[in-house]
Amino acid sequence: MKNVGQREPNVIPGFGITLGFTTFFLSAIVLLPLSALVLKAAGLDWSRFVEVIASPRALASYKLSFGASLVAACVNMVFGFALAWTLVRYEFPGRKLVDAIIDMPFALPTAVSGIALTTIFAANGWIGQYLEPHGIHVAYTPLGITVALTLIGMPFVVRTVQPALQEVQRDLEDAAETLGAGRFYIFRRIIVPTVLPALLTGFTLAFARAVGEYGSVIFIAGNKYMETEITPLLIIFRLEEYDYAGAAALGFVMLSISFVMLLAINLLQVWGRKRLMVSR
Amino acid sequence: MAGPTSHADVAAELATRPGYRSARATLVRWLLITVSLTFLGALLAAPLAAVFAMALEQGWSAYFSSFGDEATRASIRLTLTAAAIVVPLNTVFGITAAWCISKFEFRGKSILITLIDLPLAVSPVVSGLIYVLLFGLNGWFGAWLQDNDISIVYALPGIILATMFVTFPYVARELIPLMQQLGNDEEEAAITLGAGGWFTFFRVTLPRIRWGLLYGVILCNARAMGEFGAVSVVSGNVRNLTMTMPLQIEALYNEYNMVGAFAVASVLSLLAVATLIIKTLVEGRTGYRRR
Repeated sequence: MKNVGQREPNVIPGFGITLGFTTFFLSAIVLLPLSALVLKAAGLDWSRFVEVIASPRALASYKLSFGASLVAACVNMVFGFALAWTLVRYEFPGRKLVDAIIDMPFALPTAVSGIALTTIFAANGWIGQYLEPHGIHVAYTPLGITVALTLIGMPFVVRTVQPALQEVQRDLEDAAETLGAGRFYIFRRIIVPTVLPALLTGFTLAFARAVGEYGSVIFIAGNKYMETEITPLLIIFRLEEYDYAGAAALGFVMLSISFVMLLAINLLQVWGRKRLMVSR
Repeated sequence: MAGPTSHADVAAELATRPGYRSARATLVRWLLITVSLTFLGALLAAPLAAVFAMALEQGWSAYFSSFGDEATRASIRLTLTAAAIVVPLNTVFGITAAWCISKFEFRGKSILITLIDLPLAVSPVVSGLIYVLLFGLNGWFGAWLQDNDISIVYALPGIILATMFVTFPYVARELIPLMQQLGNDEEEAAITLGAGGWFTFFRVTLPRIRWGLLYGVILCNARAMGEFGAVSVVSGNVRNLTMTMPLQIEALYNEYNMVGAFAVASVLSLLAVATLIIKTLVEGRTGYRRR
């Protein structure tokens, strides 16, 4: 039996057919359509392409999408870490429920979280009514967009940091404490270095998801011209005008960002594994 | 040995006593728990509660009568139809891909895994856009499709394709790590003893992965029924024809029909809650945690 390219003889059947089916299905559903976008954008006249992607309206949308996503990912890094810490280190009533509800943004449709957040943070909403008198406007402002992006990015940080926190060697902490290290010193020198790759991976995942997010944002954004228009919304506008080329150009920008993010996530994970091996 | 004399010495001495430490640790603990839970409550629990509060704002009869609306009924039918087609296809794909990736070693495996995960990194709007560029009027196959009187974009096939793209990785992602962790030993034993490939899959592999598979399918289904961005791009928003439930929520919301919008939203929210419950049960069953 020929097993070229395989490490050891493998008696399990179905390699050819499963690989073939997987590759075919993947190409038909994912790769072919994505290459259609790339080719459409590549076929554009260069000056037209630049005109679309560098228009003041597009630039304003990048600033908003990136800025809000960045702030949301930072907020998630802090609170996501606190949440993961709470879930890993502490026992408290309802811990299992909290652990289960973390995944809610994965399961809840974005349109649902969008209209629900808008209702809560509107001037007369449950939370909005306490913020409005202090001059804090959430609904229909960039702040509202940030809130929505925080919601959808949150599980990414918690779910990547949680297993990393479980990896932290408690005996190392105990040893450090016995040797006279303070809590903050232990946190800075033992816990942070172990968790850092996971924390940065979670941050990047949350950021990547936030940049492309559409459903939960458009309701709370209010979509004011040049002010609260996110980049995906501009693609929709282009399509509504049947400007396929313009939509493809903006879509190409978004897709390039996705690829850069994917690359960053992969590099972070490689780095994390290397650090883990060195420390063992 | 003389006891501690200066104030600083006393403080240092006190700080080493167990009671002092644990008092401060308790304070930090409750502070962290309070902060995390407040964050979670405002961001996750409140919106979920708001969905049901708004849906029932005018009582149960208003809630139930909002499902009598023909457009809402049509959107529920369409969502069920699309999910009934997308979920089985993606399940078959997920099982096939997981078998291929977990049972065999081959070159390019990590690239294949990355490509399967690719739809998760792509903006939902872009996911819809690519199908419009392929099958839309000015798209690659647009002219040919129009000549043959086939509509894909702004019709059911487009909705199915976009949903399939968005939910493509879910079953595979659930199964790949699970099957890699379970290893090949039992399958190898079955094959060596003369069992066929299908027999081995159904009698050896499937019983061991069924809970993970169940959760993958349920999650895929929840995402399929709830997809908004991609479907909104390809659907064209034709009432009674191409409106799925999330699109119907948007339409009702924009018409200020809050009870109607949140009633539909409450159905999808219940689906999400059920998904999370099943996930928790599955994790209890297998003792296995994703990632």
